[in-house]
Amino acid sequence: MELIISLIINGLATGMLIFLLAAGVTLIFGLMDVLNFAHGGLFVWGAYSGIFAYAATESFTIGILIALLTGAVLGFITEKLIITPVYGNHVQQILITLGFMIVLSECIKVVFGPNGIPVSVPPLLAGSWEVGNIIIIKYRIFIIAAGFIIYGVFHYILTKTKIGLIVRAGVMNREMVQALGINIKRVFLYVFMVGAALASLGGVLMAPYSGVIYAEMGMEYAILGFIVVVIGGMGSYSGTLFAAILVGLAGSFMAYYVPYLSLAVNMIIMVIVLVFRPQGLFTVAKG
Amino acid sequence: MMNSLLCLKEVHTHIGQYHILQGINLDIVENEVNVLLGRNGAGKTTTLKTIMGLTPASKGAIQLRNTDITKKMTYDIANLGIGYVPEDQGIFGDLTVEENLRVAMRKENEQTLQKQEYILTLFPDLKRFWKKAGGKLSGGQKQMLAMARAFVNDSQMLLIDEPSKGLAPIVVEKVMEAIQEMKKTTTIVLVEQNFLMASRIGDNYTIIDDGKTVHHGPMKALISDEQLKRKYLGIG
Repeated sequence: MELIISLIINGLATGMLIFLLAAGVTLIFGLMDVLNFAHGGLFVWGAYSGIFAYAATESFTIGILIALLTGAVLGFITEKLIITPVYGNHVQQILITLGFMIVLSECIKVVFGPNGIPVSVPPLLAGSWEVGNIIIIKYRIFIIAAGFIIYGVFHYILTKTKIGLIVRAGVMNREMVQALGINIKRVFLYVFMVGAALASLGGVLMAPYSGVIYAEMGMEYAILGFIVVVIGGMGSYSGTLFAAILVGLAGSFMAYYVPYLSLAVNMIIMVIVLVFRPQGLFTVAKG
Repeated sequence: MMNSLLCLKEVHTHIGQYHILQGINLDIVENEVNVLLGRNGAGKTTTLKTIMGLTPASKGAIQLRNTDITKKMTYDIANLGIGYVPEDQGIFGDLTVEENLRVAMRKENEQTLQKQEYILTLFPDLKRFWKKAGGKLSGGQKQMLAMARAFVNDSQMLLIDEPSKGLAPIVVEKVMEAIQEMKKTTTIVLVEQNFLMASRIGDNYTIIDDGKTVHHGPMKALISDEQLKRKYLGIG
């Protein structure tokens, strides 16, 4: 039983980290139909800028705020300079954002150096609790809580506020949203910035979890983000959370019970979902 | 004295390589129901879309009172007080009736909420299905929601595209009653294939054929003109 609980906690923590990354992808890919592979670059910049600020100030909270700010600013630049010219063209989006992803990663090496940087868990979140025979690592609980809080905040914004309703309406019919007097391009820009900030938040929270940050980590996690969005269903926030937890838990259990399949588990889940439910597990009605 | 609220002068519209509108001239009279008639593919829907800026005019001029809106963005045109009900109704299927209306409200103030209450007396079905997802409404209810959404703000003009399409006769009656009621406070431009409906609620007509305006005048004159109806509408 202790083993099962430990695997569930590990899986949930991993799932929540994936969710934080994929939440931005689902906003950008789901709402705006933009394939932004630079998302991984925003993730890694969030990790580096946040950890740099944390090291300089010794405050992890400031590190998180700096990561969010970095993500939002880079999101603004990315949307204005990189994405705007290629709206509606997926092939161009893949090419230009992959290129920008490489630029962002290389810039990390220029600014912070080419070697990986070890990161320790903030003292307040370090250590573990012992409940019976189960060892619960504090930082994993923090990650799980952070994930649920972010989901709660976004769930509230998307379902209870006017701007949230506009965003959801935009997922379904952007032409109609414009015909109702709403500047959907401006909404897209804000959504892009929020999505980028979420990617950066995922980056800075991932850093103490993985123990090391390196410039290439962005691409690995960006692909994971897209896989989760495809499994969850385009534009579905709840679907993304569900898929992220599913992938996290499956990864955790497979790594223990069927280790040789653990690397392939994400792909296996995605293939099964695409075969039986190509629109993803959760779907958004298109009007 | 008739006041022209919206004026289209020699408007041309291209969609891709196709030259859809090839010279549309329209004078939309204030506080009346102006009906656009014509065969399928004549350019009626594109005319409404061009007014809204969804398929921008490539030539010509569109004036809303004294404002040139030819090159304006769709959201700016909507904010000038033009409500639009598209042919496919454009309902946000995942949002409830309440949320569909809320997205449409430019201001959530007392006045708009009062207007919403008034609209719900026009369309009592919407009140009944207030918390139901828009995508799960019947065709008639979707049409009512689309019209309510366009009407909830103080629009000076509503563009309504084929409101009777695919609806049962009893629902068409309800839609007609609602348009008659809306007409009391706003100007309406209606695209309608159902000539019976158009002739009952229209004050003026404009016939569009092959992307050009070919006739316009008071609806009463068209009702009695069998030759014109046969030539351009295939009826009579």
